[in-house]
Amino acid sequence: MNTDIALWMVQDGVVTGAIYGLMALALVLVFAVTRVIFVPQGEFVSMAGLTLGTLQLGQTPGTVYLLVGGGLLVAAVEMVQAARLGLLRQRLPRLILAWIILPVAMAMLVVWLAPHKLGSWVEMALTLGLIVPVGPMLYRIAYRPLANASVLVLFIVSMAVHYALTGIELAMFGGEGLRTNAISDWVLGSGSMKIGAQSIWVVSASVACMVVLWFFFERSLYGKALRATAINRVGARLVGISTDLAGRTAFLLAAAIGALSGLLMSPITTVYFDSGLMIGLKGFVGAILGGMVSYPLAVLGAVGVGLLESFSSFWASAYKETIVFTLLIPVLLWRSLTARHLVAEDEEE
Amino acid sequence: MNRSTMVLGGAAALIAAAPFLIPDFYVNLLNYVGMATLVALGLVLLTGVAGVVSFGQQAFVGMAAYTTAVLTTSTQLSPWLGLLASLALVATAAVLLGVVTLRLSGHYLSIGTIAWGIAIYYLFGTLPGLGQYYGIDNIPPIRIGDFSFDTPLTLYLLIWSATLAALAAARNLLDSRPGRAIRALRFRSAMAESFGIDAGALKLVVFLYAALLAGVAGWLHAHFLRFVSPHAFGINAGIDYLFMAVIGGAAQVWGAVVGASIVTLLREWLKDWLPKLFEHTGNYETIVFGVLMTLLLFRTRDGLTPYLTRWFPPTPQPVPPLATPVLPRRERPPVGTVLLEAQGLHKAFGGLVAVKDMGLQLRAGEILGLIGPNGAGKTTMFNLISGTLASDSGLVRLRGERIDGQGARAIARLGLVRSFQHVHLVSQMSVLDNVALGAHLRGRHGTLAAMLRADRRDEAQLMAEAARQIERVGLGDSMHKASGSLALGQQRIVEIARALAADPLVLLLDEPAAGLRWNEKQALAELLSNLRAEGLAVLIVEHDMEFVMGLVDRLVVMDFGEKLAEGLPLEMQAHPAVIEAYLGGVA
Amino acid sequence: MKAPPLLQATDLRVAYGKIEALYGVNLQVEPGSIVSVIGPNGAGKTTLLAALMGVLPLSGGRVEFAGRDVSKLSVEVRVAQGLSLVPERRELFGELSVEDNLRLGAFARLRRGERNAAGDLESIYARFPRLKDRRRQFAATLSGGERQMLAIGRALMARPKLLMLDEPSLGLAPLITREILHIVAELRDTGVAILLIEQNARAALQISDLGYVLETGEVALQGSATELANDPRVIESYLGLRSATPVAQT
Repeated sequence: MNTDIALWMVQDGVVTGAIYGLMALALVLVFAVTRVIFVPQGEFVSMAGLTLGTLQLGQTPGTVYLLVGGGLLVAAVEMVQAARLGLLRQRLPRLILAWIILPVAMAMLVVWLAPHKLGSWVEMALTLGLIVPVGPMLYRIAYRPLANASVLVLFIVSMAVHYALTGIELAMFGGEGLRTNAISDWVLGSGSMKIGAQSIWVVSASVACMVVLWFFFERSLYGKALRATAINRVGARLVGISTDLAGRTAFLLAAAIGALSGLLMSPITTVYFDSGLMIGLKGFVGAILGGMVSYPLAVLGAVGVGLLESFSSFWASAYKETIVFTLLIPVLLWRSLTARHLVAEDEEE
Repeated sequence: MNRSTMVLGGAAALIAAAPFLIPDFYVNLLNYVGMATLVALGLVLLTGVAGVVSFGQQAFVGMAAYTTAVLTTSTQLSPWLGLLASLALVATAAVLLGVVTLRLSGHYLSIGTIAWGIAIYYLFGTLPGLGQYYGIDNIPPIRIGDFSFDTPLTLYLLIWSATLAALAAARNLLDSRPGRAIRALRFRSAMAESFGIDAGALKLVVFLYAALLAGVAGWLHAHFLRFVSPHAFGINAGIDYLFMAVIGGAAQVWGAVVGASIVTLLREWLKDWLPKLFEHTGNYETIVFGVLMTLLLFRTRDGLTPYLTRWFPPTPQPVPPLATPVLPRRERPPVGTVLLEAQGLHKAFGGLVAVKDMGLQLRAGEILGLIGPNGAGKTTMFNLISGTLASDSGLVRLRGERIDGQGARAIARLGLVRSFQHVHLVSQMSVLDNVALGAHLRGRHGTLAAMLRADRRDEAQLMAEAARQIERVGLGDSMHKASGSLALGQQRIVEIARALAADPLVLLLDEPAAGLRWNEKQALAELLSNLRAEGLAVLIVEHDMEFVMGLVDRLVVMDFGEKLAEGLPLEMQAHPAVIEAYLGGVA
Repeated sequence: MKAPPLLQATDLRVAYGKIEALYGVNLQVEPGSIVSVIGPNGAGKTTLLAALMGVLPLSGGRVEFAGRDVSKLSVEVRVAQGLSLVPERRELFGELSVEDNLRLGAFARLRRGERNAAGDLESIYARFPRLKDRRRQFAATLSGGERQMLAIGRALMARPKLLMLDEPSLGLAPLITREILHIVAELRDTGVAILLIEQNARAALQISDLGYVLETGEVALQGSATELANDPRVIESYLGLRSATPVAQT
């Protein structure tokens, strides 16, 4: 192996690692706030990539149906609940606006604009507008009714949601993969030091996203409220932070991070309807390498996974996945030897 | 013959008759159900009973299937030797993985199982000797002499014999000494340890059994399909197995059959019916399947089996005959011997000193009260003595032997038994089973003996002992009720019966009278006086002064982690410092 | 006509699974008064406060607050309506700074757009100067007394009409207990009603207007604080050892 290849692989590893890092961030965030191990996190990535790809072909992506359908479902669920509490009349106008009018308006905007091929930036904005609201919808439909369930039940629901979403993606986009156009195709440097513009985009957008998240958690009221919920759920409720609000916000952020990752990643690799699981799981490996609690460590772990993947695809490409996932076992071993509290906490009955 | 035996008998007859009544296609489907049941059963024990969530069972299935496939095709080995080799490999892998992951807390472990499942899946697909993504075909059928299991019917008999045997073994296990301990692990591992139960080792045993069941399923799979390929062992298969366990009801043995049937048949029917309902063939079955699973979990978090079993009254546990030979008891030291001695105990949590230079002595035939305001360090003191916490310095002696630094299990073995401040019963288990947990160290049979029912004599003795202690504390009528259905006061009494079942020399009781009504307190006081008369040493933490003053021989008063005073109850009542600290002499 | 009580609990029932923890408790708190609930450990005092706050669901009965039935409302809505609880375990945000803990105390108000909520910080710091010294520290690093002050301060940031305190003196030295109870008495003078659970029954009754004795999930006695402090049954069980009579040994 010479320096050129090594440098190229480092670059490749850092770029995929940055995406895994974003996944890891979203996973740690969702888990800390809602106790949901959000396996389908990667589904937002594949959905965004495929939606953007379809828009670039000048077609209407199936995601519009998902948005409108999801909105109607949430509206129905909310109405039933409001009626039970006798608050239907009070809540109805807001419900209809938030879950029916807005999604339908967004969908119509996409249907109207899609054939015009207005260029990357508009298409990316439309993609975000279609996918980000799906996060809170998913929370409302699949997780909110189980807010008090054990981590295990929530985990299994995540698996079921993963199944459902993968099926929906197959129905919306078919089995063909799509690769989107790069935002720009110039190349930095020359000779052995070539860095593609897309790589720079991915890394800088990831870093920017992390900085924004940092400001959100350190400076804003809602960010602090999310952290408070993660630290102490009872305490959070006692100051008026509802678990529901925190959950919706966490899923909104997760969907936004996922969709953004999809936009960044789809020009680099072909995205298929079922690409999500692996992307999400590798983010997971990164998050665990980082200890599942610390955001910076989770990102670092994820970049490590990206590098490992990049180098193992050079030396033993067939064993790439095996190597990445086997890596977890020695890490877990190390953690089990250093963990101070060996007896797992008893579950509440 | 009672109703539930009839139902079981009927079910068994139906299972035996089924292949003769239905077409081969369905027999084959039932074969899939049988194999899935084996794996799901392992998960029921692992996840539902022991609380360990694994998404990686398909890896064990695959490991066994590939092992037997390679051995029987390339070296023409008998499938039976293939079975042995498969199980040996699976057992080795399970022990290695178990040792690494079982010590971690829940989610890490689950994620770890996903990771190894994926790693092994890709390994199946890439290792050159395993036929890569095409797999291995021409696997021979299983034979006994000249008889070969190669029709749906014969395979049905083989698969369901294995499945029913595994179900019976699991049922036997749950209804035994190690089984009770396993059932306690998920909710009450600290309590389990305090009765000498080795939680880690038991989890490993369950993990191993679940892996071996998956191994048997994998072996059957290979010789049933006569072909293996990686696709059957992907992460989705692992998720399906877990669905089965959860949907069926992860805490019941029969849940495995229910869950495996529902998931297998549902998948099959969705594949058949959905294309007819929708015009084009999208993969709607995954969507519908995912949605149905989510809805099922909304409705029935404990799975479907509780709904089904609601129709059948539970078989009442027989009352253990009290005439069974009595378990040997510990030799009792004469009244007045110093049994427990603590000196200079010190414990700090971070910067906060919880216990400072504490000491006490407890003699056989004595009740010593430990009192003090909330937060004075009494419970910490309990934890230090019983080995639940390690002290920073100081020593504890039990019958002259140093016990500080030994774990809770070792201390329990020496005859020191404690209760916890909050009720630590396994609420779904009967009172009898809960009390029998206390006698854990007095039984000796392990998991294998329990599965094979070789433990019955030992078990009868344990149950008789438990029943005796329950009668003694006056709860004979509630023996078979779920402990969670009793009133709080009664639950506290059950805890004392459980402690007595351990045949203790020293009993540590943390607020035993909290939540008891007046007459219950009277009864408790009488019981404790009787125990004292028998030579037991009792250390009691209690807030109810009326109760304490009338009962104890001596009092130790703690405040801010230190000993404030020590003496007879009447002396303490008049002690100015005690009045100030404990009664809050706020002017 | 007399104004309705600030808090009115009628026939309150709570069950953990099949075990009933409260059997039909009736309780009232008038605006601007201190009401104490005393009773032995395990009598259901903490359960009572958790049920009034909505942390635990009711299995029967109703809670009216400021003239509205709040029985079915969530904890968050009750907070927004002026009901606050300082729980026994304090439930602080350990890895956030003292100041952030206090700010989040006003979350419900900030969310409504009340901009003056930030100004309340200064009045909390004036009441608890020690919190001001430690404003940048993590809540987890505070001492027991400071944690209790922070918990009370955080609850006050919501500007409650009724503040419920569960064992505020738990684990605190007598001097600090005295300080905390003194502050509680001062709060009443600013118009906040207080519902107090306290193991130190004597101290609690000294600052209270009314008292309830809760035993095994039921109200065994109720009356003015002075009446209760002089009631022989209360004296015997909760106020002093001196008159305790030994149980006859059998």
